[in-house]
Amino acid sequence: MTTPPDDGKTYWLDDMRNVRKIVWALVIVCAGLFVADAFYHKHPYFSAESWFGFYALYGFFMCVGLVLAAKVMRFFLMRDEDYYDKDRGND
Amino acid sequence: MINPALLLIFGALPIAFLQRPLRQIYLLALPIVAFALALGIEDGSYGHIKVFDYTLETLRMDGLSRVFMIIFLIATFLGTLYALNDDDPVQQTSGMIYAGAAVGAVLAGDLISLFVYWELTAIASVFLILAAGTEKARRAAMRYLIIQVGSGVLLLAGALMHVADTGSIAFVHFGLETTAGKLIFLAFGVKCAFPLLHNWLQDAYPEATVGGTVMLSAFTTKLAVYSLARGYAGTEILIVIGATMTMFPIFYAVIENDLRRVLAYSLNNQLGFMVVGVGVGTELALNGTAAHAFTHILYKALLFMSMGAVLLRTGTCKGSELGGLYKTMPWTTGFCIVGAASISAFPLFSGFVSKSMILSALGYEGHWFAWGVLLFASAGVFHHSGIKIPFFAFFAHDSGMRPKEAPFNMLLAMGVTAFLCIAIGVYPTALYDILPHDVDYHPYSTAHVINQLQLLLFSALAFTFLMMTKLYPPELKSTNLDTDYVYRRLLLRLIAWLRDALAQVDRQGRQFLLGIVSAIMDWIQKHHGINGMMSQTYSAGTMVFWTLAMFLVFLVMYLAA
Repeated sequence: MTTPPDDGKTYWLDDMRNVRKIVWALVIVCAGLFVADAFYHKHPYFSAESWFGFYALYGFFMCVGLVLAAKVMRFFLMRDEDYYDKDRGND
Repeated sequence: MINPALLLIFGALPIAFLQRPLRQIYLLALPIVAFALALGIEDGSYGHIKVFDYTLETLRMDGLSRVFMIIFLIATFLGTLYALNDDDPVQQTSGMIYAGAAVGAVLAGDLISLFVYWELTAIASVFLILAAGTEKARRAAMRYLIIQVGSGVLLLAGALMHVADTGSIAFVHFGLETTAGKLIFLAFGVKCAFPLLHNWLQDAYPEATVGGTVMLSAFTTKLAVYSLARGYAGTEILIVIGATMTMFPIFYAVIENDLRRVLAYSLNNQLGFMVVGVGVGTELALNGTAAHAFTHILYKALLFMSMGAVLLRTGTCKGSELGGLYKTMPWTTGFCIVGAASISAFPLFSGFVSKSMILSALGYEGHWFAWGVLLFASAGVFHHSGIKIPFFAFFAHDSGMRPKEAPFNMLLAMGVTAFLCIAIGVYPTALYDILPHDVDYHPYSTAHVINQLQLLLFSALAFTFLMMTKLYPPELKSTNLDTDYVYRRLLLRLIAWLRDALAQVDRQGRQFLLGIVSAIMDWIQKHHGINGMMSQTYSAGTMVFWTLAMFLVFLVMYLAA
């Protein structure tokens, strides 16, 4: 990581400890939301919605799947930034 | 009765002749006046013009056209305010005509008026891309123009067939039963960026000017959504098309580096939700489509505005080059996060109260597969628009760039848009009241709020997990192949190959003919050339001898006879 220019200020997020605090806060909120599933009445359209923690698990695993699938796509689809510009000299 | 569309279109003409600051005031006043006028128009049919045997209905006001007209006029004002610091009369004029044409199209009650406005949106908007002034933009603009005008040609062909079949030019429900209906559907589909017809959007929008992209993001595609809702509500295939649209662009959005292009992909994904709503076609679903178009125009404009401000101040919009900008652009960062929360449909933000109507409509009708796809797309949109955009532009690793905060007019435009995003989220009744059908829908139930928070925050957890384990693909300078590969590379290659093949055939053919010609030449040379039998010189004596000999033969034969 390059050192940022010294503009005489340090920002709250520059300290990795604070970043870690945010991550922990997120984990705690997520845990709370997961447990919350036991405490309210659902109005499901589909039976899957009644499974415990359905939305949480669906969100988590689908997103991981999305990113990993997109990573694989790069293998097939990624080209140089000037891919389409290279042809120009020829025509 | 003044048509607000014509007010914007003809009102745009004097813009170039006005001087600052009068021009600035005029630009802002025009959409406000049009808005005030438009709100005063009661439901009904106006602006009838007789052309040959047909009567055009240039102004049809009903629930569906009203809600689209209102949001188009709001977007016109916000887009104009945002671009005010870029004092370019070409963009200002074309932007205003473009907006006017879009308003005109949603008010058009017949196919001829619709066609005229349809093509005008294409022609006026291309200047917003050309104005970027780069070679790249010029090429993208030409591709964009060809496709947009092509959509108009399809519309015209379909309209002509429809008139021949039915004798009516009214823009009503068509359905897919007739060929005319299919052609018009395809015309709408091109402008709506259906899968495989979509790539003009991701190709052209990110090449436009800073303000141009904001204007572009609002009108063209939502005009297409409106047209589909008018002509094809309840057409089931739209559920499949829409669900596909929500899904595949998010994969591209994850790996795309140009953040304005990421937004273009997510725009495509959001259109998918609206298309699904049209496909379901119930009152709740159509309300959902209209509501989602309304909120979407605002938060998408807000996101494009924030990325435009970044582009203006840093000269780049690439995730690989940005980061840490929150330090010097805190307001832009804040507004971007409001846009991100809205598109992700966080409770208390606008997307929450509109997107859920479409999901609920799917639930009521029992379309479980489409529902699952849209739920996945909802999580995915948070992932790439909600987190990726603000994270890589304003946070992530420090790029060392310390740009100035955005100009005041941009901040003001972003501020007003952000306010509207939150206001609709907090008080959805204001939006529900202007929807085409009566609304009996309550987004803020305990289950809905908790479920949505679970979906979104666990997506955030997934992002965090992937970042910390370094599994998340880094932002890389790259071009990702999409369907534009077909006409930017494959067809060119094919044409080049055909050209080479034809050249080969041509060369062989010429060689064969030349061979024949030279064989004839050789034969002539042999017989008539310098030493050829036919061209030798003979002495006079020999000639006399042969003449006499022939004469003798003649004489003998004569006597013998």
